[in-house]
Amino acid sequence: MKITIDLSGLRRTRSRDYSMRFVFGGLITVATGIIAQRYGPATGGLFLAFPAIFPAAVTLVEKDEREKKRLAHKQGTIRGREAAALDAAGAAIGSIGLIGFAVVAWLLLADYNPIVVLCGATGMWLAISRLGWTIRRAL
Amino acid sequence: MGEAIVRFIIGGMFVSVFAILGDLLKPKSFAGLFGAAPSVALATLLLTVHRQGASYAAIEARSMIEGAIAFCAYAYCVCCVLMHYKRPAWIVAGLFISVWLATAIGLRIVWLG
Repeated sequence: MKITIDLSGLRRTRSRDYSMRFVFGGLITVATGIIAQRYGPATGGLFLAFPAIFPAAVTLVEKDEREKKRLAHKQGTIRGREAAALDAAGAAIGSIGLIGFAVVAWLLLADYNPIVVLCGATGMWLAISRLGWTIRRAL
Repeated sequence: MGEAIVRFIIGGMFVSVFAILGDLLKPKSFAGLFGAAPSVALATLLLTVHRQGASYAAIEARSMIEGAIAFCAYAYCVCCVLMHYKRPAWIVAGLFISVWLATAIGLRIVWLG
């Protein structure tokens, strides 16, 4: 299946949802800094992979699907939860990519240009995630 | 206080950018990958490199491996429970944060030996 860009996705998401993600993201970044300062970088580093916005995202997916069914005069509760489960499966695959991100950053950050390393690590996250998604679809 | 504000803004921006990307992409199953985007990690590591240096950031990145394994366990559990028991997503995703915490801390203890 081809991956496409769908601009209508932006219209479906309300500004309140974006604000909520911004606040959650900001708060967890502040919290990670405080934890690293208090307990050291080894403990603070754990929170770099904290599921900060995942609960909000998965709730939004469920709500969107339910709303779509409601507009079609159908009961959408079960469909909404199935869509949320699918989103969670995607996040599980994405988190394998997150391991790749962390490995690249850990091994290269101290010796090479940090900006280049972090761009490379993000590329690794995307590549592993995409590969995992393709394998899952093939199965 | 000033550093906290900078962290808040940069963290919020990175998370928002990845959230927008996730909303733009189709199919939905692919967009789900962005639920585990390295947004907080990018913001934090950039700030850490700037303030404490790259070696300090590398230590954080090493610990992130355990956090990411815990994320995988967490997302898998949420997926299974939603699929089989059809409970509200916000309750399942919220309650199972404890799975992330337990796995991450457990792995940290094992890693430390």
